[in-house]
Amino acid sequence: MLEYIISKYNFWVYVILMMIGLYAMMGKRNLVKKLIGMNIFQTSIILFFVSIGVKKGGATVPILEGLGHGHEHHLINVAHYLNPLPHVLMLTAIVVSIATTGVALATLILIYRRYRSLEEDEIMLIRREETTLRETR
Amino acid sequence: MTDQLPALIIVIPLLGAFLTPLIGWHYKNLCHTWAVAVLIIPFYGATGILWQVVTTGPFSYRLGNWAPPWGIEYALDHLNALMLVIISAIGLLAAINAKQGVSNRLAGKEPQFYTLLLLQIVGLMGIVITGDLFNLFVFLEISSLSGYGLIAHGEDGAPLATFNYIMIGTVGACFYLLGVGYLYIATGSLNIADLAAMLPALYHSKVILVAFAFFTVGVAIKMGLFPLHIWMPDAYTTAPNPVSTLIAPLMTKVAAYILIRIMFTLFQPDFAITVIPVATILGWMSVIAILAGGLKALAQTDIKRMVTYIMVAEVGYIVMGVSVMNRMGLTGAILHILNDACMVFSLFLIIGAIAHRGHGRNIYHLNNLHKKMPLTMAAFTITALSMCGIPPACGFFSKWYLILGTIKAHQWIFAATLLTSSLINAVLFFRIIEQAYLLPISNSEHGLGQSHEEVITANEAPPSMLIPIIIMAATIILLGPLSGKIITAVIQHAVPVIF
Repeated sequence: MLEYIISKYNFWVYVILMMIGLYAMMGKRNLVKKLIGMNIFQTSIILFFVSIGVKKGGATVPILEGLGHGHEHHLINVAHYLNPLPHVLMLTAIVVSIATTGVALATLILIYRRYRSLEEDEIMLIRREETTLRETR
Repeated sequence: MTDQLPALIIVIPLLGAFLTPLIGWHYKNLCHTWAVAVLIIPFYGATGILWQVVTTGPFSYRLGNWAPPWGIEYALDHLNALMLVIISAIGLLAAINAKQGVSNRLAGKEPQFYTLLLLQIVGLMGIVITGDLFNLFVFLEISSLSGYGLIAHGEDGAPLATFNYIMIGTVGACFYLLGVGYLYIATGSLNIADLAAMLPALYHSKVILVAFAFFTVGVAIKMGLFPLHIWMPDAYTTAPNPVSTLIAPLMTKVAAYILIRIMFTLFQPDFAITVIPVATILGWMSVIAILAGGLKALAQTDIKRMVTYIMVAEVGYIVMGVSVMNRMGLTGAILHILNDACMVFSLFLIIGAIAHRGHGRNIYHLNNLHKKMPLTMAAFTITALSMCGIPPACGFFSKWYLILGTIKAHQWIFAATLLTSSLINAVLFFRIIEQAYLLPISNSEHGLGQSHEEVITANEAPPSMLIPIIIMAATIILLGPLSGKIITAVIQHAVPVIF
């Protein structure tokens, strides 16, 4: 059992990180903490992708062993190079996650200017008071 | 030139989006004209692609001429091409309509608005056209991010709704990305056609099951399927009118397209029937979605919020058509994507026009609107009849196919739900029609007996808003009689052959 866990520890770490992120997004009342939770959630998926491209035993980046003109290029043995594609995909995913964080931070600024608070409970309280005020008027 | 159309309809709005801030730097008023001019090209391209697909069959476009499993491929078939036409047409009309609404509410922010609008359309078109799973994720995030930016410009409470939308939407997109990762572990490929050939051998592998589950949940969040819809009413109600007019009809429909693509192209249809009973689960979820959406809509007095809850029910229709797993049901679902995009778009256009003339969004303040805005209310009546499913309008035909599909699958409760939902829609819309047409002036809360002449003068929205409304009303009537032609020319080729 322990061996089973250790042999796939990268997947366990990604699942645990993902759960921490989900917990922060749902359980925390502070909007910044929710945002950090979202970031942890995205990062866990990046870890997952990057770890599936890893190969043990001295594998390296793929290099074409060119023999000059007229000869065919041929790859070195498959076991000796890493798959670069998951890493390249994750470069894009990192950019997406940065953009999402940026937009979320901008909305947080708007929320703070409006309610002077980033605690969900306080914002809900202010909103409820405002609706009752509007209805009584 | 025409060979490169699939790439151009993505690239031209993208370049247009980057040039918009430069143009808006000095000439803010030019942005609207620029955006409309840029969006004509994708519309032209999409109709050209649809024509090519209908006449010569599906084709694929290789970006940079790299062969599919390694390069990115734009795979174009009947379903794709139809979606492209829907998105580009609605995008063009929404951009025309946006002029007044933007100069009212978002004065001085025209460059930002039109940049995001163009990016939104790029994202949606990209989702539909691409034949590569990771590319789809990137376009999904482009459209989502520009959507967040657009919605946050709205009225009071919009930033909070946007923040919730970002949280939930990101989880949805991340689940989708995880699904892609699991498929990549199992097969080493990201190309949809390539994967579809490789997957049947692996159907009983747990990795594939988990990937399918992640895909379904992720797409259901983006689509707003009932228990996962909570972000939708707030986000679409608080968004500025031009924004909800653009995003609301398209985003949910495109997510429904992804679901159809995953269930029927990436996986074989029998995977969702025999391997895991996802069709049954989706079917019952859609029953709950239709009923809950309709009932929540009944409880609203804000007309815009009412329409967003109707959209929750409409998403249920499409998912129900997918879940019955037969030719009739899927035909109904695809036809309903087209019809519902038109109807929801028309409703939001009308809400925007009513709000532009300062009549507010409360249902009970719309008395005698047929005299103040006769053409708008006529268009509203047509859309309402279509929503309830009255024959000459297009809503009837998709519901007809959906009900035939449920009957063929012997799902009597599904059929009963569809009929009940039509009744709920009738109550919802006739409530507004009664307010607008039938209430006498003396009953009105605003009448006050001071100036009856002023009350009955027609005061329509400006042409840039009225023309899209009239075009959509005409489209809704025309799509009804034409639906037979649309099905034989396009939709029946989009349904898998096995059915």
